[in-house]
Amino acid sequence: MSTSLAIGLDERVSQLEDTARMVRINIIDMIHTAQSGHPGGALSAADFMTALYFDILDIRPEEPRWVDRDRLILSKGHACPVWYACLAMKGFFPMKELKTLRKFESILQGHPDMNKTPGVDMTTGSLGQGLSAAVGMALEGKMTGRDFSVFAVVGDGELNEGQIWEAAASAAMYELDNLVLIVDANRLQMDGHTCDVMNMEPIDAKFEAFNWEVHSLDGHDMRQVLTALEQAKRQKDGKPVCIIARTVKGKGVSFMEDVRVWHGKAPNDREYERAMKELKGE
Amino acid sequence: MAKDMRDVYAQTLVDLAENDDRICVLEADLMNATGTKVFKQRFPERMFDVGVAEANMVGVASGLSAEGKIPFAASFGTFASRRTFDQFFLSANYAQLNVKLVGTDPGITAQFNGGTHMPFEDIGMMRLVPNLVIIEPSDLVSCEALIRAAAAHQGSMYIRMHRKGSNTIYDENEQFELGKGKVLVDGTDVTLIAAGFVMVPEALKAAEILKKEGISAAVIDMHTIKPLDNELVLAYAKKTGAIVTCENHQVTGGLGGAVAELLTAEYPALLGRIGAQDMFGQVGTQDYLIKAYEMTAEDIAQKAMATISKK
Repeated sequence: MSTSLAIGLDERVSQLEDTARMVRINIIDMIHTAQSGHPGGALSAADFMTALYFDILDIRPEEPRWVDRDRLILSKGHACPVWYACLAMKGFFPMKELKTLRKFESILQGHPDMNKTPGVDMTTGSLGQGLSAAVGMALEGKMTGRDFSVFAVVGDGELNEGQIWEAAASAAMYELDNLVLIVDANRLQMDGHTCDVMNMEPIDAKFEAFNWEVHSLDGHDMRQVLTALEQAKRQKDGKPVCIIARTVKGKGVSFMEDVRVWHGKAPNDREYERAMKELKGE
Repeated sequence: MAKDMRDVYAQTLVDLAENDDRICVLEADLMNATGTKVFKQRFPERMFDVGVAEANMVGVASGLSAEGKIPFAASFGTFASRRTFDQFFLSANYAQLNVKLVGTDPGITAQFNGGTHMPFEDIGMMRLVPNLVIIEPSDLVSCEALIRAAAAHQGSMYIRMHRKGSNTIYDENEQFELGKGKVLVDGTDVTLIAAGFVMVPEALKAAEILKKEGISAAVIDMHTIKPLDNELVLAYAKKTGAIVTCENHQVTGGLGGAVAELLTAEYPALLGRIGAQDMFGQVGTQDYLIKAYEMTAEDIAQKAMATISKK
């Protein structure tokens, strides 16, 4: 790689890190305003979601259903504050909408709704379903010869769902190399650590056994994330790609990190102030 | 050789697909049972057999629909309904997509596969899904017409489809409209409202039996169970004062349940209901089972007379 490109990558990484910090601030802000929501899994997904929306995805905020856009499905739908933050910051809808999360008649429902939120490509909320829909979208892309990629995001707890493995088998069977699955492996689910509740490790070996191309990485190392996503999107060798993002639930807010209760709890005013100070580096 | 209803289903999809590249077919390892091999032969790129994975089938169909395709996904009615209910509810219906889910082998037609494969509850489950359209064709002519109507309808549907066997109720040029029942026989004393391949012919036979008893029975083919043709049901409730529903399904939740709910709210009238009475399925021939569940023409006629006697 030439020096100039290497510097380019450094700059991209550095800008994305700043953006990810803003995404996290918006996540905490909107969940605090709503006084309900799921901060833990939104924060763990913040880095790769930022890389996708601010670097990787071919999208047009002014034309959310642009036919050749890259698709994204957040199958772990409860983490949608991270999605809403990215979409608003990208310009799919006004930033002020973030204050309406989970409010009556808001375009920002408690779980993603493709009919209400510009930029949301699939309605989700019942775990395990999003990857199947992503397979359907990727099949359509293959069928019509259009050159878009489909990204699906699942949680590691979500891998408990049998439908994930039905979908995983079909994605490999249909050679969907236009499909990229990101596993947000934050190691926590509702009832405790994934290894204690229902251990799905080794996740990488499972997807390899299902004939996927698998990359495992530090989901908070923006350089690794960016490089892997770029490669996954480019890779066209007849295999779907699974990126296992090793993450920390609640990442970025010290008292939320790796603490189970922050799966689905809003910060109170005091916690909010503390979280904001940390995220803003004050 | 006479065609089976499944052949009409498959051939209609092939015909539709010739002029509409949005039509796709999905199967969960029952292509040979559903008869859609002809579709695979003609349009291999638009046929997806996902293996024994009904939940994934409905999810994939939803993804295809999100991209503008019109997927028809089939399985035995038990699995199409019970196994995929959450996927169909959320990924297809709550998401306002356009997935046509086909449940075959309704009720007693599952015969020797027995109770595990005998859907008596699929319509009841599906009626709870908001805005879902539910149809059950009664013969080959209505099957083709209703499959065409399903393809043209924007929105998900549950299609309860008989698989093997053939019968003829309608002339081949008969026109059908979703949500509009067909009056097959007019009458003044009682109205038999039936749905499906098994029960519409039984209701027609029952009307003949009743005629010999001096009772004038109207027969309606309620091919669309949701939305129910309220106008027609109420008109015949007023006209005849007594209704008997005839379904190859539990009497609760399905056609009988829908008619009961409507009458109770709008025009209380005498009602008898033919169908499984809170029972599971079991092994048997169709002839045996139709007697076991008291769904024969004779049972319908008796129920009609008992209902009229309360007038």
